[in-house]
Amino acid sequence: MSILQIIFLLAALATLFCAVKVVITTRMMHSAFWLVGALLGIAVLFAMLESRFFVVVQVLVYIGAIAILIIFAVMLTRKIMDENQQRMNQLWGLAFIPAGGVLAGLIYILSRWNAFNTTARTAPVNGEDIEALGKALVSPTGFMLPFEVSSILLLAALIGAIFVSYDRKGGGR
Amino acid sequence: MSFVADPINFIADWLSKLLLGWGLPPDLVMVLLFIIGSGLLATVAMLWVTILIWYERKIIGRIQDRFGPNRVGPYGLFQSIADMIKIFTKEHISPDGVDWFPFTIAPIIAVGAVLAVWAVIPFSANFVGTNLSVGILFILAIGGIGEFGIVFGGWGSNNKYALLSAFRAVAQLISYETPYVICFLIPVMLSGSMNLNDIVKAQDPWFIFLAPLGALIFFITSIAEVGRTPFDLAEAESELVAGFNIEYSGLKFGMFYVGDFLHSFTISLLFAALFLGGWKGPWAEQIPVLGFVYFFIKSSAAYFLVILLRASMPRFRIDQMMDFTWKVLTPLSLTVVSMTALVDKLLPANLIWVRIGGLILLNIIIFIATDRLLDIYWKKPLFQKNNQVEDASKASSVKLGAG
Amino acid sequence: MFNDWIYIAIFIVISLFLPAAAIMMAYFLSPHKPNAIKNTIYECGVETVGDTWVQFKVQYYIFGLIFLIFDVESIFLYPWAVAYQIMSIYGVLEAIAFILILVGGLMYAWRKGALQWI
Repeated sequence: MSILQIIFLLAALATLFCAVKVVITTRMMHSAFWLVGALLGIAVLFAMLESRFFVVVQVLVYIGAIAILIIFAVMLTRKIMDENQQRMNQLWGLAFIPAGGVLAGLIYILSRWNAFNTTARTAPVNGEDIEALGKALVSPTGFMLPFEVSSILLLAALIGAIFVSYDRKGGGR
Repeated sequence: MSFVADPINFIADWLSKLLLGWGLPPDLVMVLLFIIGSGLLATVAMLWVTILIWYERKIIGRIQDRFGPNRVGPYGLFQSIADMIKIFTKEHISPDGVDWFPFTIAPIIAVGAVLAVWAVIPFSANFVGTNLSVGILFILAIGGIGEFGIVFGGWGSNNKYALLSAFRAVAQLISYETPYVICFLIPVMLSGSMNLNDIVKAQDPWFIFLAPLGALIFFITSIAEVGRTPFDLAEAESELVAGFNIEYSGLKFGMFYVGDFLHSFTISLLFAALFLGGWKGPWAEQIPVLGFVYFFIKSSAAYFLVILLRASMPRFRIDQMMDFTWKVLTPLSLTVVSMTALVDKLLPANLIWVRIGGLILLNIIIFIATDRLLDIYWKKPLFQKNNQVEDASKASSVKLGAG
Repeated sequence: MFNDWIYIAIFIVISLFLPAAAIMMAYFLSPHKPNAIKNTIYECGVETVGDTWVQFKVQYYIFGLIFLIFDVESIFLYPWAVAYQIMSIYGVLEAIAFILILVGGLMYAWRKGALQWI
């Protein structure tokens, strides 16, 4: 077991633990906090894949923007989920059947995947090359069209969000 | 390298030779050196805050035509130490119903997130914590984690006013982070790398001469990111009952205070590194200690400006702050970035004075255009109360709405 | 290559450890005398009225959303800025088109009143 494998196991276990706590914790705000932990675990996994840019992008966008957005959304709700309320409804036994079936199917398919026996391609020596990424983003033989289309996608998201939350009765916000 | 010219690397080399001589494996030696180096840097940063607090109190005192602290020690130098001893012995009151984990961890994150930035700042030509190739984005990412310190503090206090104040502070922080993130693009663009040491090395004319408006926007937004006056609506003593640190006492409150000052100094370090040429100066490459001295002088000058702004400006209201960032600073920073990119490609790079002159002219044109546009289209003056806002605030205070 | 991240991990651990150690030290040095009145929540000197959870305005969420869009936009612009010195003028024009489309979105948000605090 090399050091890298131990760190990977620890990071993966921490991420899974935080992700499970997101779902089963009683207070909504706490699940937002556990989500931050899960996202940090994923950032550590990115670091082990020698991809420096995506570590910091993950923390900056996911934790700095999306987690905060989720916390704002949690604060917008009224207190609909009390701590003492029933966590599961009475059909939870029946719900195990499709969930267990999906899990069994996934395990079966993954056990027959032969990519586990091949060795991965080695990454380039210094990790990734951000300059090449930048050049490719604007070159016509590279990713120029997806670059511009993504800006239109962001524009659509912006306009859609504002339109959906527009208060038509009051004539404005 | 001799001891006088480069003490830190000399000691690091000597220590690593000593440890290798004792027969430890080289990886462990490296990790031990990292631990010692980062421990020293973090401790120096925390102790430096006491000098910063003294500096600020003296200067604000003088601006207000009074002495600062001058009783404890010569010129009041030991005042901060006396304050530290006092705050160490205050009781940690834990009110009813607090969520203990966010409540306890909030001041730790608030200070830790600022200290972590010191890992990537180049203090001299070859003394930098780590030469991370995405240093700039690392600084921004750690700033994002720092916002969570405020959310934890406000949420964990089980207090309506702390919660309101914390969320208002986070709304201010994310609003000012938009032009902040965009202004970091300018040094990256002009130097071609996200590594802070490379940015400092590429500053043949300092970047403040190539993009003065960008430096100005960076300065303003970073003061707003720290949460200092004039942007300290969320934590000033008279606003929302002192903000999200209402329920904190003892050293936990002291840690928020320390984090505030450390953050102000860190942004002046960043301003000096990104726009004022960092450790560059005459003979800085041959004698690295001199680079350290230059860097210290430049960042102290930037910190002096930050203190000056605090002492002389009144506070903004929250809607004035939001208007300023979304309607003025964001379009302005996007304009500065795109125009600087365009003009810098068109000007010949080898004639330095043509380049500097062209870019300064561009910044002056953008500034005058912004000024005219604000005069024409901003019918109410930007920083004055008017009837519309007064009526709306009266109406909203009648309802029991929050925020 | 992992030297960078090892150093940063050590630095983050130390920078979280130092304030924690200071707070621990202060916890041992300070008195502990809780009583009922000291432990009540502060609300300008009167008893607390109502629940602690108050419902917020939707404006916070709108600001968060617009910030998210601009954050993702600047993430796209960072690799472009790193490659700025070696690209042609057409690369700069494409990025300006990218920025202009999103400035158009900002103008839409401004006109629809989404950027007002009140």
